[in-house]
Amino acid sequence: MKHARIHYRGQVLSATESDGALLLATGERVACNAVTWLPPLQEVPRPRTILALGLNYADHAKELAFKAPEEPLAFLKGQSSLIGHRASTSRPADVHYMHYECELVVVIGRTAKSVKKTDAYDFIAGYSVANDYAIRDYLENWYRPNLKVKGRPTCTPLGPWLVDAADVPDPMQLALQTTVNGKVTQSGNTRDMIFDVPTLIEYFSSFMTLQPGDLILTGTPDGIVDCKVGDVILTSIEGIGDLENTIIAQD
Amino acid sequence: MTSGWTPTGTVYGTLMNYACEHRALAAQMHAPPYKAPPQAPVLYIKTANTFSPHDSPIVLPAWVHSVQVRPCVGLIFKQNMAETVINNAQAAINNIAYFALFNDLTVPHDSFYRPPIKSKCADGFLGIGAAPQALAALGIVDALDITVRINGTVVRTFNTADMVRKSATLVHDVAQFIDLQAGDVLLCGSAFDSALAKAGDTLEISATGCAALRHVLVAAA
Repeated sequence: MKHARIHYRGQVLSATESDGALLLATGERVACNAVTWLPPLQEVPRPRTILALGLNYADHAKELAFKAPEEPLAFLKGQSSLIGHRASTSRPADVHYMHYECELVVVIGRTAKSVKKTDAYDFIAGYSVANDYAIRDYLENWYRPNLKVKGRPTCTPLGPWLVDAADVPDPMQLALQTTVNGKVTQSGNTRDMIFDVPTLIEYFSSFMTLQPGDLILTGTPDGIVDCKVGDVILTSIEGIGDLENTIIAQD
Repeated sequence: MTSGWTPTGTVYGTLMNYACEHRALAAQMHAPPYKAPPQAPVLYIKTANTFSPHDSPIVLPAWVHSVQVRPCVGLIFKQNMAETVINNAQAAINNIAYFALFNDLTVPHDSFYRPPIKSKCADGFLGIGAAPQALAALGIVDALDITVRINGTVVRTFNTADMVRKSATLVHDVAQFIDLQAGDVLLCGSAFDSALAKAGDTLEISATGCAALRHVLVAAA
């Protein structure tokens, strides 16, 4: 099943996908373009942990002139960086290079502490798509990638769906693609991750306990380009979803 | 606001916001991998798994021999207020309601090039003051005497007047790129020469006019 969180008629609601429309708990069916999409996440009782991977595809590491890391290169984001499907992302006027990053998102489903790789899939609720924008002008070599690059409001679109793990037989064999204004600029496959999803869950849970609703953004492959104001960016993962975002000028 | 209080929002920490820490690292700043002193505030996040309420035991993982005790003043952004918006730093400053003391436990690390998740986000690694205190004026947190005791002995003292970015400036600069929301916490940094503690130690952090916080470090079973 595919789950969504939407803002509709003044309320925040959960919905599921049904024949190309949204099915509400009331039984009402609503067109996908009649709602405001939120990240497809239930509220959690404490601040959500949002882990993200850098350089987790060998080709992207090469593209950025780094050798592949020996242990996962991870960073954290605040909750206020997330926005939903079909929302807009601000590009500051003074920047020269702002690029998307299409990423498979793992949503944790059970408390995960010291989880072994072989058990890791049991701890996953489902999957989504993130666009982990970066503004390279703001990169500094202190705790890099620094939060000025990766923690910005509107710079992490997520959605449209949370797809149940049971409906994703092999998350390590999914095609990824990004288009800018309809033109394909990035294509890859989750099979090319350096650290696969079970390895990441084993690694993080070895020192930090993850809770239901926590997120792991698993990194992006080769093919990043600058995004200008007005560009429509569609980040897609096979069987998970097509996440649309538009770049706007920052006030 | 009971003794079991933990933050409801994201906890951001600040590296190198004390002049002594900045001076200690100055010689390395122009060399690789840093190549230049930082311009924007250097932030990290203390995740929810690190939250240790006042007076709760903190289990030191088996792979950690000793841990830095980094006392921080944390600014707490107001409940029930519309979210502040990027580039509206004055709104962010007006949105600070409370402050509290925190103990940002950190595995010592020499390189500040990559985000310090394993060093800072092990389970239990953020000691949290018993009760947030109402903040009458922001300047209060810019002149606090902080004392660290380990097993009852004073091991460090410093004053928050040594901050490079005073609290209002820090909030202003952070609000340029982080949407600080109700319940979020911004730790204003810590002095450089952190005391080291090990399993069995009792850690206490106090400041003039603030409720002290206390934690006992326990060895992993």
